[in-house]
Amino acid sequence: MIFQPAILALILAAVLSLAMLTGAFPFAVQVIRHWDVTSGSERQLMLERRTYLFSTLVAFVCLLQLFSTLLYVFTADKLAVMFVGAMCAVGSLNVNPFGFPTLYLQLSIFFLAAIWLVLNHADNQARDYPLVRIKYAYLIALWPFLAANLWLMLSYFLALKADVITSCCGSLFSEGSSALAAEISTLAPLPAMAIFFGGLLFAIGAAFWHWRLGGDFSGYLTTVGAASGFAAALIGILSFLSLYIYEHPHHHCPFCILQPEYGYLGYALYLPLFAATASGLAVGVLRLFSRRPSLISIIARLSARLAGFTAIVFLLFAVLSSLIVLRSRLYLFS
Amino acid sequence: MRTWIEKQLYLIDFALASLARKKAKHFGLLLLFAALVFVLASVSLYTHALRRETQSLLAASPEIVLQRLVAGRHDLIPPGYLERLGTIRGVQKIQPRLWGYYYDAVVKANYTFMVAPDMAIARGEIVVGPALMRARGLAPGNGVSFRSYTGELFTFIVGDVLPQASELVSADLVLMHEADFRAFFKYPEGHYTDVALSIANPQEVKNVAKKLLNQLPDSRPILREEVLRTYASLFDWREGLMLALLSAAILAFVIFAWDKAAGLSAEERREIGILKAIGWETGEVLSMKSWEAILIALAAFLVGYLAAYLHVFHQHAFLFEPVLKGWAVLYPRFALPPHIDGLQIATLFFFTVVPYVAATLVPIWRAATIDPDAAMRL
Repeated sequence: MIFQPAILALILAAVLSLAMLTGAFPFAVQVIRHWDVTSGSERQLMLERRTYLFSTLVAFVCLLQLFSTLLYVFTADKLAVMFVGAMCAVGSLNVNPFGFPTLYLQLSIFFLAAIWLVLNHADNQARDYPLVRIKYAYLIALWPFLAANLWLMLSYFLALKADVITSCCGSLFSEGSSALAAEISTLAPLPAMAIFFGGLLFAIGAAFWHWRLGGDFSGYLTTVGAASGFAAALIGILSFLSLYIYEHPHHHCPFCILQPEYGYLGYALYLPLFAATASGLAVGVLRLFSRRPSLISIIARLSARLAGFTAIVFLLFAVLSSLIVLRSRLYLFS
Repeated sequence: MRTWIEKQLYLIDFALASLARKKAKHFGLLLLFAALVFVLASVSLYTHALRRETQSLLAASPEIVLQRLVAGRHDLIPPGYLERLGTIRGVQKIQPRLWGYYYDAVVKANYTFMVAPDMAIARGEIVVGPALMRARGLAPGNGVSFRSYTGELFTFIVGDVLPQASELVSADLVLMHEADFRAFFKYPEGHYTDVALSIANPQEVKNVAKKLLNQLPDSRPILREEVLRTYASLFDWREGLMLALLSAAILAFVIFAWDKAAGLSAEERREIGILKAIGWETGEVLSMKSWEAILIALAAFLVGYLAAYLHVFHQHAFLFEPVLKGWAVLYPRFALPPHIDGLQIATLFFFTVVPYVAATLVPIWRAATIDPDAAMRL
């Protein structure tokens, strides 16, 4: 393993998240088995108090996951110098088969945790905590994800070996190290643009519809829209947006845009994209419970607000991307 | 949204006032936390600055250095060896180099003697590095004698002193004329120490190195990239090792923080009891207490980081220098250019603030869920 402070920090965060959720595990089982809001028993009182602790813990885990996703990408980017043939994060994530799966898992944990937080928020506002069992079952379902994340991350980092000069042999290339695939296969710019703006338009439209008019169907549609908007945005970043940012017709890397050379544009793109996707995904999940009597008005208000946020932030993302394309000195079309 | 922000602002206000009421209790914690951040931040700022310094220095070094090996050991490049190379496409310049080490019994230090490839130095003159100048008390125009390995005494005039800016690489350097060099070391005519190759296209470096190996199987090409990588992992390793050792300190601090947060005084219990009795909800007490922890953590982080910055860039990191820098008799004196890196701050944050907040979550929740009557009855 490469002994790197950032790697140690990432492993620390993963261990901490898993430990917190493991601590919550027996309690979650208790809630599922014994929760009874009408009872005034001591156990019920204890359970009600503990819910405060665990919602704080999960909020903490969610934030930790967001930051460690960013830190993970950075670290991969910085590690690139250690490997023959790696130019940026794509190269170092490809060094062994665990790099990219870890990233995907981190992202999914972030989205899952964000949805949990929204459910928790809605549930806490209702007088009778109608979603408590669902919330804690969800938490139990989240546990394997965190465990897998720690395992994948350890597998990735432990298998990393820097290509350094050793005293016996200075020339690594003579061992015939395989060239790392640094390029991601991509679409041609024109169809990619159609998918990109089409996907975003769908996401914005669905979210706007739900924001203004409400209803279950538009809520589910918002979730589908957010998921497809997210996919479309990633396709767009890979296939043409990165080209316009780098002003280079063949550089497709989705990570280099986080670098200072490009004015940290990556943050301006990814942070809104993740926030909008997370809130859009939560809308549909909330609507699943819109028929619960104590939640009707709460969910109607909350899902509309989340949809509004989703629509506006996706719109900002689309405007920013268009500005990048328009202001770039690269011309992909004459 | 606005009401939420306002509420948080009031909670922060309350938390600050509450911290100020119990100065003594929190000051110790703050100081200890800041000290921890200071130590960790010093290590990471210093190694990071060293890493950057080596990177910027090596940026100007040749892409490939070719050495010849005999029985696995570095040997001289014999005459006619370079001609066997012929022309390799992509190589801009092939520069044979002459250099060697000389042990000076006067100051008990090793010098690097080198023939300057791009500097005209007259016969009998030398140009010396700044550390050597200090060690031997030299100035331009002075004469200096070295006893060569054959026992002969050679006297040179110091023509010039190399600039301070390059001290990290030139501290122990002595540049001289080729004829002087060959005479001093009795270096066989036509032989060289190694060969530097400059290559214009960075993507060609590996191919050129492969061709070199094909044509000269007894050679060892060393790529600049490899040297950079080795330095980077060396510094990372040193930093990681320090952090791993210091993790015991982090753990101790976390236990201390847990203990501090868990040990509520009777007064604090009463305070929470009163807050709840006058209508604060558990969630609000929880937020207020969390703000207290966050404010302490941020203040300690800021103080510790600032102190580390001053320590490393203004006081030359005198506390950790011996461990992180390495040692040599003629050690270069250099000031590291201040540099702050986002990734480094994020890493430090993960190492200090995250464990602290995690450790205080449970005690904070315990405090926030106290029954008002139980709290006030105490």
